[in-house]
Amino acid sequence: MFNYTIRRLLLAVPTLLLISFLIFLLLDLAPSDPTANLPLTIPPEVREKIRISLGLGEAFHIRFLLWCKQFFYNETLNILEQWWGWDFGGDRLRVLSWQTRSPVVDTIVQRIPQTLWVVGMSYVVGILIAVPIGIVSAYKQYSWFDQVGTFVSMVGYSVPTFFTGVLVIVIFSVWLGWFPSIYDTTLVVNDWSSFVQQVKQMIMPVSVLALYNAAQISRFMRASMLDNLNQDYVRTARAKGIRERSVILVHVLRNSLIPVVTVIALGVPQVFGGAIITEQVFKVNGLGQLLIIAIQAGDVPTVQTLTFIFAFLIVFFNLIADVLYGILDPRIRYD
Amino acid sequence: MSETSAAPLVSIEGLKMYFPIHAGLFRRHVGDIKAVDDISLEIFEGETLGLVGESGCGKSTVGRATLRLYDITAGSITIDGTNTSKINQADLRRFRPRMQMIFQDPQGSLNPRMNVADIVGEPLDEHMSLSRDERLARIHELLDAVGLNRSFANRYPHEFSGGQRQRIGIARALALNPKFIVCDEPISALDVSIQAQVVNLLEDLQKKFGLTYLFISHDLSMVHHIADRVAVMYLGKIVELAPRDQLFNSPLHPYTQALLSAVPEPNPARQNTRVHIVLKGDVPSPSDPPAGCNFCTRCPKAIDICHHLEPQTIEIEPGRFAACHLLESATKVA
Repeated sequence: MFNYTIRRLLLAVPTLLLISFLIFLLLDLAPSDPTANLPLTIPPEVREKIRISLGLGEAFHIRFLLWCKQFFYNETLNILEQWWGWDFGGDRLRVLSWQTRSPVVDTIVQRIPQTLWVVGMSYVVGILIAVPIGIVSAYKQYSWFDQVGTFVSMVGYSVPTFFTGVLVIVIFSVWLGWFPSIYDTTLVVNDWSSFVQQVKQMIMPVSVLALYNAAQISRFMRASMLDNLNQDYVRTARAKGIRERSVILVHVLRNSLIPVVTVIALGVPQVFGGAIITEQVFKVNGLGQLLIIAIQAGDVPTVQTLTFIFAFLIVFFNLIADVLYGILDPRIRYD
Repeated sequence: MSETSAAPLVSIEGLKMYFPIHAGLFRRHVGDIKAVDDISLEIFEGETLGLVGESGCGKSTVGRATLRLYDITAGSITIDGTNTSKINQADLRRFRPRMQMIFQDPQGSLNPRMNVADIVGEPLDEHMSLSRDERLARIHELLDAVGLNRSFANRYPHEFSGGQRQRIGIARALALNPKFIVCDEPISALDVSIQAQVVNLLEDLQKKFGLTYLFISHDLSMVHHIADRVAVMYLGKIVELAPRDQLFNSPLHPYTQALLSAVPEPNPARQNTRVHIVLKGDVPSPSDPPAGCNFCTRCPKAIDICHHLEPQTIEIEPGRFAACHLLESATKVA
């Protein structure tokens, strides 16, 4: 397992380099212009100078290698300096956003907590709802509980979050006035009332996203449970005279969780990626919102860096899912 | 032979196991698959009752229903003096240690995520309170009994061969000192070379622990080897039940005769002169069995009465039972 993990990590290096190249290529081929959002009164020759000052005058491969050096080398040294207080000296150019002229990595670090709180919490809530629903639906297949659960998850899966998000804003913020419709990032939680405030502003985005996540995971859970409920070893367990509870929770559930856990692990990168639409609807300034604004502004360094981080997380969590599979299922050995 | 011994350990009377069929838009109950239709038999302590029949005749269902792995449709089952037919599944757990089952598929019937010690030890945790050392000692004792190395205790089922897996299944079944074991085609998933080993193991264990077997199989030569008495099933009913030698030497029911004529004969001289009875047509659906005798559609000797009157099971000779109109008339004449 250890050798396997190391081999996969080594293999991830060329994969990620290729991915970063492809992203850069795509962004370069896209007809976006970083100066397009500037006032129309700016004459064309000035716009051209702005473009050259942003480095767009260089050839493609120079710009790509420059980004690679800035991101993989300069930013890494920078992080090491910040974490351990070392000093490597020298003047290093960091990856700068074209919109704000501030280092992209710093912006990302500022945005991560909001995304993790809202989107991450919704993922956790979704899993906590989905697993029991999936278990009961499968155990009592075709009962009214199963029928209702199937219907709700179909709705949750098929109705987009930009609809449910706006719907809950209309109902709970506009009509009932229970929760704020805008997520206030500047809120500092330091006492009970600010904690209540924080919970209140989190409830709507979290539940909208949790419904969506739970719908997906409960379907997986149910299908996986049904697969295992009919296995011969379940009959063996009953013939042993094991309590029905233990038959379900020890024998069936443990085997059913193998595929579900890997699905959950594969979904984690999406949490970091942020729910672009939901963050936009509730004005949570997380990573998803950062990405969409950067795309609108043609801010290539930000888009490139963010997308690359997402790609890294996807590759990494794929590896985690595979390793988890090996840990959970004794039949799978990688060495 | 042991059928002379006193009271039966297991007695089944009028056992019926119907599986409902739901069809149509509103999933209405439109009929039943009569997997087991009114079966009665007795199994005496220490004997092996062979249950044979072709695929889909309801052999395995009889085995599972006898252990109440299903909620039976009708009938009564008495095992070791307890009528288990009406007890609900939760209360039945207390009786499970007495009656165990060895399953057909040694791969599927073992939980892939449990190692051998857990598979064999789980019934011990559930029904006894043993200390860790006692539990481990019991597991090792069971592994010894079925001829497995003690060091296998920490391995998982997929690491074993089919024969070894079946030995694990047997060790698991033995864990709680059962009196009665249903062997549901325990050897049919194994290589021929391994089958003999497992059957001999079952025989040794029977002698050692005084077990009573219901041995379900479609392999007639294996049943000939292991069983004391044999019951032959066709389409959910028992057509003939007799002591082994009598059944194999002079089968009474036309279906038994046809079945036995299909067993290969090792002596080529006799093999060439033997008359094969080849049955024509397919087994009728158990959801819609024919009127009269279940076997009348394929019986080479069927007469008029077979098509409208169901034959009763009668005792032809002491200990020999069969359900056939031809035999009824024969006994009447005699």
